[in-house]
Order: sequence, then C-alpha cells, then structure tokens
Amino acid sequence: MREITVEQITEAVKRMSIEAACDLPEDVEKLLKEAVATEESQFGKYSLEKIVKNVELARAEHAPMCQDTGIVIVFAEVGQDARIVGGSLNDAINEGVRQGYQEGYLRKSVVRDPVLDRKNTGDNTPAVIYTELVPGDKIKIQVLPKGAGSENMGALKMLKPAEGLEGVKDFIIKAVTQAGGNPCPPVIVGVGIGGTMDKSTLLAKKALARQAGQPHPNPKYQALEEELLVEINKLGIGPQGFGGKVTALAVHIETYPTHIATMPVSVCLNCHAARHKEAIL
Amino acid sequence: MTNIKKITTPLTDEVVKGLKAGDQVSISGVIYTARDAAHKLLTEAIQAGEELPVDFNNQIIYYAGPTPAKPGKVIGSCGPTTSGRMDAYSPLMMEQGLKGMIGKGPRSKEVVEAMIANHVVYFAAIGGAAALIADSVKEAEVVAFDELGPEAIRRLVVEDYPCIVAIDSEGHNLYELGVQQYKIVD
Repeated sequence: MREITVEQITEAVKRMSIEAACDLPEDVEKLLKEAVATEESQFGKYSLEKIVKNVELARAEHAPMCQDTGIVIVFAEVGQDARIVGGSLNDAINEGVRQGYQEGYLRKSVVRDPVLDRKNTGDNTPAVIYTELVPGDKIKIQVLPKGAGSENMGALKMLKPAEGLEGVKDFIIKAVTQAGGNPCPPVIVGVGIGGTMDKSTLLAKKALARQAGQPHPNPKYQALEEELLVEINKLGIGPQGFGGKVTALAVHIETYPTHIATMPVSVCLNCHAARHKEAIL
Repeated sequence: MTNIKKITTPLTDEVVKGLKAGDQVSISGVIYTARDAAHKLLTEAIQAGEELPVDFNNQIIYYAGPTPAKPGKVIGSCGPTTSGRMDAYSPLMMEQGLKGMIGKGPRSKEVVEAMIANHVVYFAAIGGAAALIADSVKEAEVVAFDELGPEAIRRLVVEDYPCIVAIDSEGHNLYELGVQQYKIVD
C-alpha cells in the first residue's frame, strides 16, 4: 500500500487555500478577458475591466482578489490502495485550512452554528469535505473556496418527469434570473440533474470544479450547455447586474441516473472569482 | 464615463439630491463598515432605546468585511458584500440619519421607498474587485463590535473610493434600467 502522510495533505490544502484566494486560474481569467471584448454595456465593460485589473493586482501582490475568501469545499478522491498515515483525513484537511487562512491573511468566514450561535470559529474551519473512494493509490484533492454571495443564490427543484427538457431549461433560467446582480455576475452556472435531491445539489457543486468553459463529454449535453449560455446571456443582467450581454461565462452540467418518478435539478452559481485548485498526492 | 463626481463625507441632502443613477462617483472622507451581524446588533440597540456606538447621521455605511491586513498594510482586500442581506435593517438605519450605503447588487422595494422618503443614495462598488478597492483605503480602525472579527464596525478613511450611483434618492434604479436595456426577448 502506498503511504500518504497527513502532513502532505495538510501542506497541500494550506498551499491551495492561499493560492486559490490570490491567483485566479487561467481558464477563468481567459473567459473574463473574452467578456471584456464582447460586452457592449458601458457599466458592464467598466466592471469587467476592473475585475480583470483586480485579478492581475491580486496575483502580483499575493492579495486575496475578493474579501470573501469563502468557506472551503474539498473534494477528495482517495485511492483505495492508498493508506493515510499519522491521523485522520478530515483533521489533516481542516489543519490545512486553519494554517492557510492564518498564514495567508485570509478572512475567516465560518460560524460554529448556523442558527442558534453564529459565533465565528476564528480559523475558517470546518471545511465542507466530500470524500469518494476510487481505484488507485493516489489522493486527488480539489479545493474550492466558495463565497456566500453566489452560494446564497443556489436553487433546487424536484421536477416531475413530465416537465421534460423544457422544464429543466425553464428552472435553470429562472434561477439565474432570480439571482440577478446578487451573485457577482458574470457567473459560472453549475447544474446538477438526476440522482436524488441531495445528489443533484452535489453534482451542481461538482460542476463548478470543472475547468471553466470545458464542455460536457456528451455532445447532447454540450449542446444544452451552449444553448443555456446563449439564453442566459439574453437576460440582460450583465456584469454586476448593471445590464449587459455577459451574465454568465459558462454553463456546466453534470448528470446522474435517477428514479422513474423524479427529475431533480439543482443550480449552484459561482461568482466571477471562480476559485478552484487541485493537487494529486 | 469621463465625468467622475467627487464627493466627500459626511453627506448633505444637497449632495445626495445631485447624484443620479448611473453617475460615476469617487468618495473621500470617513465611511463605516457594517454587515449582517453588526446590523443585527445595531437594530437591537435601536429597538432597546440604547445609544449607538457610532453616530450615523449624514454618514455612509459600507457593506464590507475585509480580509486581515498584512504587515505594513492599512487593510486587507476590502470589496463590497451583497447588500440585499441588509435590506431588512436598512430602513431603520435611514431613520437614524444614514445618508448613503455602499454595496453590491439590487435592493428591495421597501429599501428604495425608504431611500426616497429619507433622501438616501445607494452606491454600487465592483464586487470581487477587492484588492483594487483596498488601495483607496488610507486608514482603518475598529470602532465597535470587535468581537465580530471581520464583521466588526470599522471606521475607514478613504480617498477617491470608486463607485457608481446604483439607486438615487428619487428611486431611479440602474439595476432595472440596465437590465431592461440589454434584455433580449425572442
């Protein structure tokens, strides 16, 4: 069995937490720069120019591009032939978050209880951790610090199968319309279809871990992604909600088989600061 | 967007009335950060008849919770948060004399009505452009609710803080006007 130490995991999570906050991945930056050229609205273009300038400044100064450095979502794919030594996986991840948010001067934005005792935990832990057991002897860790401005605009609906493709499209468009200028558009639209209630929301979130703009492998879903992107950009919401042609940078759909009686659809929006990093140990 | 209106705080009714939706503005002077948790505490204090830790008369509240300042820096990254979450509290703050709000995203009908009634302006800054915005913050000091960490009320001295008049004191609303202009109906 291949051994991976908790120190390696902590170090990787720490490094990715800081990098994610300060260094926007190229895939997202590329789409933002294209959007500057596409956008026609005065305030939309102004916003996009500032956003691109901010990305460059944040990278140069190692400063967080957004003050909402998020709650950390971690997707860990653990090879079933890998052995984690020295402690637990969850503790190792949370220690990485703790160290990263402290040493990287990132904002601590997690409260210890959602309703009755909203006291800040002071170290941005715990992360939201999803672990999947996969073949192999490696561990793949994806880190997505998620801001709440966009997260608050997520939506889920349990559609009837009879509502069909039109029902799916309507719901996604409605979710983006209702979000309006709140989630810091231009957004990346994560869509999860199928499975169960919980599975569809997880798929929608996982869709955001994809390289921005990378199409779905199935040509039919790729066409649906393209169609939805066009329709969303007709809504006129525009960058920051000021009106314009670029409301979304990309639509990512993930699917899963589902029950004969149901068709769950979830929408998870990511702001233009679509931060994601990954490492393979 | 060449005509940038320069304004200084505290605001006056005359200055507020002169600002129109779509104006590009640069703000200099003192502004106060407050977001969800601080607004909740302020509202509770007002309802209990207690004195507020800050006199908001003619002032601007900035919906923001910055990242920690690195050594040698005044403040960390410091962009606006979603204003809609403060909608429930804002009318009461306007009754305390608040004249301006800075944030991002649309506001509720109730907030816009209270803005018209109290001659208040709502500015939008660029959400997510937080490293850039930090450059215009020259001083920062926690003045209330230190225990809230990033949500504490901070007194900021800003110089040429850039923003846009998103909703003016007559209720003209850039979020509605802009979207109407670019919405494509097949």
